[in-house]
Amino acid sequence: MSTSRQYELVYIITPDASEQEVADLHTQIEQIIQRFNGTLDKTENWGRRKLAYEIGHHREGTYVVETITGSGELMKEIDRRLKVIDQVIRHLVVRVDEELRVAERTRDARKANQARRRVARGLPPEPAPGESRGDADQDDDREGVEVQR
Amino acid sequence: MSDERGGRGRGRGDKDKGKGDAPRRGGFFRRRRVCKFCAEKIDYINYKDVRILAPFLPERGKIQPRRISGTCALHQRKLQTAIKRARQLALIPYVTD
Repeated sequence: MSTSRQYELVYIITPDASEQEVADLHTQIEQIIQRFNGTLDKTENWGRRKLAYEIGHHREGTYVVETITGSGELMKEIDRRLKVIDQVIRHLVVRVDEELRVAERTRDARKANQARRRVARGLPPEPAPGESRGDADQDDDREGVEVQR
Repeated sequence: MSDERGGRGRGRGDKDKGKGDAPRRGGFFRRRRVCKFCAEKIDYINYKDVRILAPFLPERGKIQPRRISGTCALHQRKLQTAIKRARQLALIPYVTD
């Protein structure tokens, strides 16, 4: 069974690296992903950003965020490679698929709960576009009052 | 709703509802604490979003305890990991002097 998980990779490159070097690093990672049959879902370049504290005498860094789907071995290899490359001053790999699934589940549960309560009060399950969220919350609090009317 | 709360803060006209949801302690009124993430229905605390994390980091850069921020246990736990990840990425400081 092939394990396919979603990961987020964030790495910080030295401020003195040129744009070309940043692009090169990106293609290097892409190649590793291809070699391990993973997929690169999204890339985000935050550009140069001030660091909250000094890392190896650097006060700034270029942030790149990549969302990758693949196996644990793939991420292990990327992690190993990034450790070796001197231009990368910091990197972090986080597995996100489970967290996002939990977030989705809670959101769906809340929606279902809201719909159920609305139906119980004889309202359409979805709030009308005119109803702001704040109003809807207050309505929920005064459920008994609404029913009496 | 909001002006009612303002009146309570002034200490006027609160005698009739003194035993309400704002317990009185030693002359000042504690704000009713609501978990920010529950109230705003934020399911996933993103460690890359500094604006979400910033209100929970006082000047010193320490994580604000639950008893002060009013965050619920579930979200405090998630907030904690998010803050720690953001620290590793130098998005927020470990310490500030």
